[in-house]
Amino acid sequence: MSKLNTWKIFTRGIIKENPTFVMLLGMCPVLGVTTSAFNGLGMGIATTFVLVMSNLVVSLVKDFIPDKVRIPAFIVVIATFVTVVEMVLEAYVPFLYEQLGIFIPLIVVNCLILGRAESFASKNNIVPSIIDGLGMGLGFTFALTILGGMREILGNGTVFDLSLFGQDANMMILFILPPGAFIALAYLVVIFNKIFVKN
Amino acid sequence: MILSLTIIALVSGASLGFMNELTKGPKEESRKQKQVEAIKSVLPEITNNPFAEKIPVAVEGQKDSLFFFPGKKGDGLSGMAVSCFTYSGYNGLIKLMVGFNMNGEIFNISVLDQKETPGLGTKMTTEPFVKQFIGKNPGQFKLKPTKDGGDVDALTGATITTRAYCEAVQQAYDGFMTEKEQIK
Repeated sequence: MSKLNTWKIFTRGIIKENPTFVMLLGMCPVLGVTTSAFNGLGMGIATTFVLVMSNLVVSLVKDFIPDKVRIPAFIVVIATFVTVVEMVLEAYVPFLYEQLGIFIPLIVVNCLILGRAESFASKNNIVPSIIDGLGMGLGFTFALTILGGMREILGNGTVFDLSLFGQDANMMILFILPPGAFIALAYLVVIFNKIFVKN
Repeated sequence: MILSLTIIALVSGASLGFMNELTKGPKEESRKQKQVEAIKSVLPEITNNPFAEKIPVAVEGQKDSLFFFPGKKGDGLSGMAVSCFTYSGYNGLIKLMVGFNMNGEIFNISVLDQKETPGLGTKMTTEPFVKQFIGKNPGQFKLKPTKDGGDVDALTGATITTRAYCEAVQQAYDGFMTEKEQIK
């Protein structure tokens, strides 16, 4: 792992090991909040922040934490940053805070974040850990925005709240309802893997 | 082992406490700001600050209460903003701010809080839906979807939301009518 160069660590999270399209991690927020491109983007940025910060702290303290209690220690670190994000969003971006609702506290249990802390940050130094968090976070943000955009266009005829087909267009409402999340995600996973991931 | 966990917990607790202090002010400010803006948007031209003259009115059988915000022009009462709520939305709570003029006609409605389905129920915040309420007096205008024998055109695919919305507006109107005399 440690031999990977920085650029590879960074792009790996976006394409080769994209957390959503390739590794299928953290499906709960992926399916839940992507009713619009803006929500997807907001959730992605919030998760990226938590991921980068928790990777940073975990790589800093990794030598002081006994192996047996590392998971509870990581969870406390992650939960702290999630709560910080929640407070900041509520104070300064109340609109987004309302839209994301319960999914903000749920970032704590996003297996993507604990997964990166466990498999990367706890074995690497600060700089690669931050790069890894940034890459994975951007990959996640990218996936959520694309998925949110696709559902918003098909289900509501808008993208980032801009109307594409006029007010009265009859759209496929299914796509902004929960089943639409699964359908849209399935197609995106297939397309993404076909194009970028060749085995 | 215990020591390291304790230290981590202490540090995270301390930093959260610090962040909480830091964001407390802005959080309350943004909540207040939202109400103030909602009041402004649902009342005709006013010269006072209705937010400062808030009057709570209890609703029978409910744990939350209505809030009345009297809008004044000069010395006379020119309208009343009523913050009302219902729990029968598609995903529970919907909170509205309804503005009435003194004849009981609806001046405007603004949504304070809602968790409806994006793209369906959330259309209740849009102009084409709200327009049908403006200038209507709920005394004559039946606040029910046409499906239930009322006068309100329901949102496509969101009849439950429409019903809840009407219920909240009705509650605000009833409250306003009973309290009107005393407030004057």
